[in-house]
Amino acid sequence: MSTIAVPEPMAAYRENFERQAEGPDWLDALRREGFERFESLGFPTTKNEDWHFTSVAAIAEQTFHPAMVSSPDVTSEGSTAGMVAPADLERFNFGELGWHTFVFVNGEFSEDLSSFAGLPKDVRVTSLATAIRSGIGRPERHLGKIAAYDSHAFTALNTAFIRDGAFVELQANVVVEQPIHLVFVSEGSGEAIAHPRNLIVAAPNSRATVIESYVSVRDSCYFTNAVTEISLGEGARLDHYKLQRESAKSFHVGTVQVRQARASQLHSFSFAVGGSLARTNIYTSLDGDGATCTLNGLYLTDGTQHIDNQTSIEHIAPNCPSHEVYKGVLDGRSHGVFNGKVYVHPEAQKTDGKQSNNNLLLSPSARVDTKPQLEIFADDVKCTHGATVGRLDELAMFYLRSRGIGPETARMLLTYAFAADVLEMIELEPLKKALEEMVLSRFAAA
Amino acid sequence: MLEINDLHAGIGEREILRGISLKVNAGEIHAVMGPNGSGKSTLAQVLAGNPSYEVTRGTVRYNGQDLLEMDPEVRAQNGIFLAFQYPVEIPGVSNAYFLRSAYNEIRKANGMEEVDPLEFLDLVEEKLKLVDMDQAMLSRSVNQGFSGGEKKRNEILQMAVLSPRLAILDETDSGLDIDALRVVAEGVNKLRSPENATIVVTHYQRLLNYIVPDYVHVLAGGRIVKSGGKELALQLEEKGYDWIQNTRPTEVATA
Repeated sequence: MSTIAVPEPMAAYRENFERQAEGPDWLDALRREGFERFESLGFPTTKNEDWHFTSVAAIAEQTFHPAMVSSPDVTSEGSTAGMVAPADLERFNFGELGWHTFVFVNGEFSEDLSSFAGLPKDVRVTSLATAIRSGIGRPERHLGKIAAYDSHAFTALNTAFIRDGAFVELQANVVVEQPIHLVFVSEGSGEAIAHPRNLIVAAPNSRATVIESYVSVRDSCYFTNAVTEISLGEGARLDHYKLQRESAKSFHVGTVQVRQARASQLHSFSFAVGGSLARTNIYTSLDGDGATCTLNGLYLTDGTQHIDNQTSIEHIAPNCPSHEVYKGVLDGRSHGVFNGKVYVHPEAQKTDGKQSNNNLLLSPSARVDTKPQLEIFADDVKCTHGATVGRLDELAMFYLRSRGIGPETARMLLTYAFAADVLEMIELEPLKKALEEMVLSRFAAA
Repeated sequence: MLEINDLHAGIGEREILRGISLKVNAGEIHAVMGPNGSGKSTLAQVLAGNPSYEVTRGTVRYNGQDLLEMDPEVRAQNGIFLAFQYPVEIPGVSNAYFLRSAYNEIRKANGMEEVDPLEFLDLVEEKLKLVDMDQAMLSRSVNQGFSGGEKKRNEILQMAVLSPRLAILDETDSGLDIDALRVVAEGVNKLRSPENATIVVTHYQRLLNYIVPDYVHVLAGGRIVKSGGKELALQLEEKGYDWIQNTRPTEVATA
């Protein structure tokens, strides 16, 4: 018998929490609040309405160790960067050399792997760790103010371990032409956990495109628990893409939480294909008059994957349109979940909300749970929502076959067409093309 | 080219075709007429290989091969084309991509090289004129949002591009105004050749003013109850289907 007791997962979190290097007082206080909330909330169970269709037992029961990063008294240069070669990342950057690319390995910024020479001067992108250390941009003004760590266990857990991530600041009126691509790569030495924490602050009338890619260079079991907080000032516009392409054995929970001031625009697209158990939360709050958001998404699952998508749109202010289209294609014995909440608060008159979720089941054992939720407390609003779950149209199959197209190609064409419909809405052309090709080759291989 | 012998087919327990026999030679146009529910469309669907229909008895030989053994795509690759009565909408697949895929699949199956998008565009532009269709229709999703007439033209466009040996037109005239009807008929007539054959399935005689058949067959209750020349269509127009339905199949056989 071994005399060394294997720590319970919760005990391991506490141990790792206590072991963290100290930060500034405000950060230590925030982390402590996060950890206390995490301990008291615990991992959600399926009794929790928000997690009804997704069991996170596989995450809760596993003891993860903190992903390998450089030690705090060494600069990141040449440490974690050494674990990932630039060539490993080529397949994740879409061949777009003009993009401002910031690479994070196991959640830690790697300057060596990044390239951002042409960044306009009115935009500052720093590693959050650097900003915390130096005080540049005073991240404490926003960190933990947007993401609801008081009520969401994974956000609380992330908050307890805030260390690094991207800190993007757009000054007023700046327009960033080229996308800012944040690549979070897991180097993937097993059972590791990373908590990337990002902060995007867009001053009034600024405009940018930010892509968050979550990828892995190895097919191993690890856990990414990411949180992105976004503050959009008056008239600011952010096009935000989250591409979840984690390894097939990994766990991923990613929350993007946004606050939108008057007349700001959020265009969000969530693409989820990776992970054995993955959850993406996109939450936005339309705080100011005339703020708009579009939340679109595509999830593709296969094998025994479980991919859950939760969105929440809070209509706080009046005259806000919100449009949402999520599509899912589910194969094998996989399980997809969509839960989209739209809350229209009493003050939010003239709300124009449209939400739809459509799912295509490719195999008899694939499953999807869809739950569009609309709660309206104002009387002068226009809101619609709907969800569908279907299989490939047999008549369409026959039509294609009657033209000489074999069943495999016909199935691929119809499946692709179903998914491409939502990709069509992506405004960033090179990304749209890349995702279309990715989806096409995925279905061609199936 | 096509030899149907005592064909019985239906959906589930319901038998719709109850012993059809028909012979079509290269160069011929056959019209299959009949009242609603007589089995005309079922015959067309069965010949194209719709898996929803089950053949319970009989044989169909096509150029010496057992047609019923072939998958729908193999039939198409061997030159069979069905112009659908209700063309199917396929959102998200462009007409151009669909047409080119079909064209190339058929070429591949016949040991020919595939054509690239540019070559294909040249070919299809010519065919568009044949059916008086705008090039813009190529970039739209297959049949999505097309008017009834546009859908039918699109069927004939596909037929023109795929140049089948045996074309089956299922109620291509339904829902067409007289101008569209003329365009569609002209398209069909231009594609006519001594090597090809056409089966025109229709309820009304109207289309046969433009596509003149060599033979007319009248279907009722899943059987061919009368066969004749093009004048039979005119007789039907004049006397109505009641005239035929009161005729017993045995009398036809001895006529």
